[in-house]
Amino acid sequence: MDAPSPPTGHAGASASHTLPLSVDRLCYRADGRELLSAVSFAVQADTFNVILGPNGAGKSLLLRLCHGLLRPSSGRISWRGLSPAQARARHAMVFQHPVVLRRSVAANVYYPLAVRHVPRSERRDRVREALEVTNLAHLAHAPATRLSGGEQQRLALARAWALRPEVVLLDEPSANLDPRATLDLETLVNTMRTRGTAVIMTTHDLAQARRLSERVLFLNRGRLLEDAAARDFFIRPASPEAQAFLAGELLA
Amino acid sequence: MDGLGASVLTAIHLILHLNHDLLGIIVLSFQVSLVALAFGCIIALPLGAAVAVLRFPGRGLVVAALNAAMGLPGVVVGLVVYLLLSRSGPFGELGLLFTPSAMVIAQCVLIVPIIAALTYQTVADLHEKYDEQLRSLGSGRLRTMFTLLWDGRFSLVTAVLAGFGRAIAEVGTVIIVGGNINHYTRVMTTAIALESMRGDLPLAVALGIVLIVLALGITLLAQVVRDAASRRYG
Amino acid sequence: MTYSKRFSAPLAIVVVCLLPSVFAQPARASDKPFIIVASTTSTQNSGLFGYILPKIEKDLGIDIRVVAVGTGAALDMGKRCDADALLVHAKQAELKYVAAGFGIDRHDLMYNDFVIVGPSSDPAHIGGMNNPAAAFKKIYHDKAIFLSRGDDSGTNIRELALWKTAGLTPMSARDAWYKETGSGMGATLNTAREMDAYTLTDRATWISFKNKGDLKILVQGSPQLYNQYGVMLVNPARCPETKVALARKFMDWLLSAHGQHVIASYRLDGRQLFHPDAKQ
Repeated sequence: MDAPSPPTGHAGASASHTLPLSVDRLCYRADGRELLSAVSFAVQADTFNVILGPNGAGKSLLLRLCHGLLRPSSGRISWRGLSPAQARARHAMVFQHPVVLRRSVAANVYYPLAVRHVPRSERRDRVREALEVTNLAHLAHAPATRLSGGEQQRLALARAWALRPEVVLLDEPSANLDPRATLDLETLVNTMRTRGTAVIMTTHDLAQARRLSERVLFLNRGRLLEDAAARDFFIRPASPEAQAFLAGELLA
Repeated sequence: MDGLGASVLTAIHLILHLNHDLLGIIVLSFQVSLVALAFGCIIALPLGAAVAVLRFPGRGLVVAALNAAMGLPGVVVGLVVYLLLSRSGPFGELGLLFTPSAMVIAQCVLIVPIIAALTYQTVADLHEKYDEQLRSLGSGRLRTMFTLLWDGRFSLVTAVLAGFGRAIAEVGTVIIVGGNINHYTRVMTTAIALESMRGDLPLAVALGIVLIVLALGITLLAQVVRDAASRRYG
Repeated sequence: MTYSKRFSAPLAIVVVCLLPSVFAQPARASDKPFIIVASTTSTQNSGLFGYILPKIEKDLGIDIRVVAVGTGAALDMGKRCDADALLVHAKQAELKYVAAGFGIDRHDLMYNDFVIVGPSSDPAHIGGMNNPAAAFKKIYHDKAIFLSRGDDSGTNIRELALWKTAGLTPMSARDAWYKETGSGMGATLNTAREMDAYTLTDRATWISFKNKGDLKILVQGSPQLYNQYGVMLVNPARCPETKVALARKFMDWLLSAHGQHVIASYRLDGRQLFHPDAKQ
């Protein structure tokens, strides 16, 4: 990568103000069904965390809860004691289907900077840098709604990048992308990661998890079954469900 | 068909030989309706967006009220505004009755529910899609309202045009609060009403044709601009 | 490469369209003093106001803003203090109105007459009669279609008085041939033409009415059809906001020898529509 030098706002591991994240007996119920049951884990700074599991396991839900978009039915989510709003200002989320605003690509990246009152003098530089890193600079003035799926996903990542978050939450970011776009995206996420941004990413794609993760949280049917270093998880999964999943079996 | 044919000829004649009186009436019609539209938009766009984005008790009731008020009878609005602005009414001291300002107020009352209800529809649909993303980016309720209004701008042109159409076509309301005073509050619709009262039906229809052509022109212009812009901005 | 917000074309168009209309002055919102005159429709529809108002405005230097409604509605406007002077045609009602304290200084101004018009086929055979009450009786017994204004206007008040003279009380709820239009004179004449109906109209409106079709005058020339117009001021004791001094200048002009002469000089199709009769 020949991207610009690390932005000063990207927090190094030692400088994190929001991590560790600790999740304690988290439950989420909707329409009388328990979608997440007693999930507990902690995330330290400076790791690439992958929440792995089959579709419908509750991965996306868990991410939304951590981001503060939903309120837990019971249990606690704590970003170093910050309020949900304070915490949300320090992480960025990239959705599986990102919504791009009906304006230019550059304006889309500019928008959250204005929302979060980033000093005006900084905004342009941050936008330019984010677009260069995500290889979108040539599309800066194009209408964002005209971008391809892969480009829109990169734009969502550029938006996150420009915010210089301490943690980035990625919800199945490559679920709808072709291999080429997926590779671009993974390279980008790795770049963010190597610059000191902690990553929490959900995926149901085993190969992707193998490529990227340093740590795996294995979720199945709303329960956290494993929380292990990636190496250990892929070699010696503890639970029968994880073993089956790794063996390529369909989990019901 | 004879009557209509004569009307079309009269209409063409009126447009070709635009006299000072008719020009004054046309200008006043558009002035009143466009000013009413401007104020209507200033009120109705944020109102519709607020109802779509904010959650408050009685919200369902407000939505129902807006939808119902889309069909407000113009005459009733005219009478209520008349009584409010009458010298013996609560706002009599302002001396607004039988002035163009009174017509602006009455048209504004008529079109605010229309624009607000249509805005609500557009923004509520967008909000469903955008809500989590905007909250994630850090947008508060107020900012979200205006972001959604801006993102829905191409659809909202239709809402604004609907309001304009209602305003420019209104007759019962403006004849009551404006008084159809010659050279002062006479607009296209009240002039049409007057000519039909005088039995000059060809002239009345001709004025109607002029009004429709002009209103159509504005609508077309707005649509062309919108289509061009939406091709450009996606 | 810049990333500043770009100039937005649609917004620009909206602003360009709206700005002139916001800043433009309304057609004639002069600072000239003005009064509001509530009047009957016949004076406006016949073109009388179009003829005399420019002369009055020139002589007095004030704007006369005429709101033309039926006599009943004009009197109501005065009750609510929304007019400064009234020009109507229902003398009995006007005298009561003054007695009740709503108006002051009522004067006879001018007159013309009512006529009964109907289809030229004249199914009730009233053509050429000179007694309107007798004509109404024939219409009643033949159940020929008759249109009543039904709007408390001066013409409507006179029509009801004629039925009373004839000793009859047609009711729209009971008599299918007797229909209330609830509309102004012009609209009622438009309806009469389409329905081949009889109706009572003032002569000024009739002469200036352009959609006569098959309608024609069938009964005229009776003292019972005499149509007196009056002018008065809205009582300033009840309505302190009224511009009584200006309104009085307007009324005095109409009642002056010059004003009376101007009224008499108004012609439509070569015919005099209003006959001044103010007491000098």
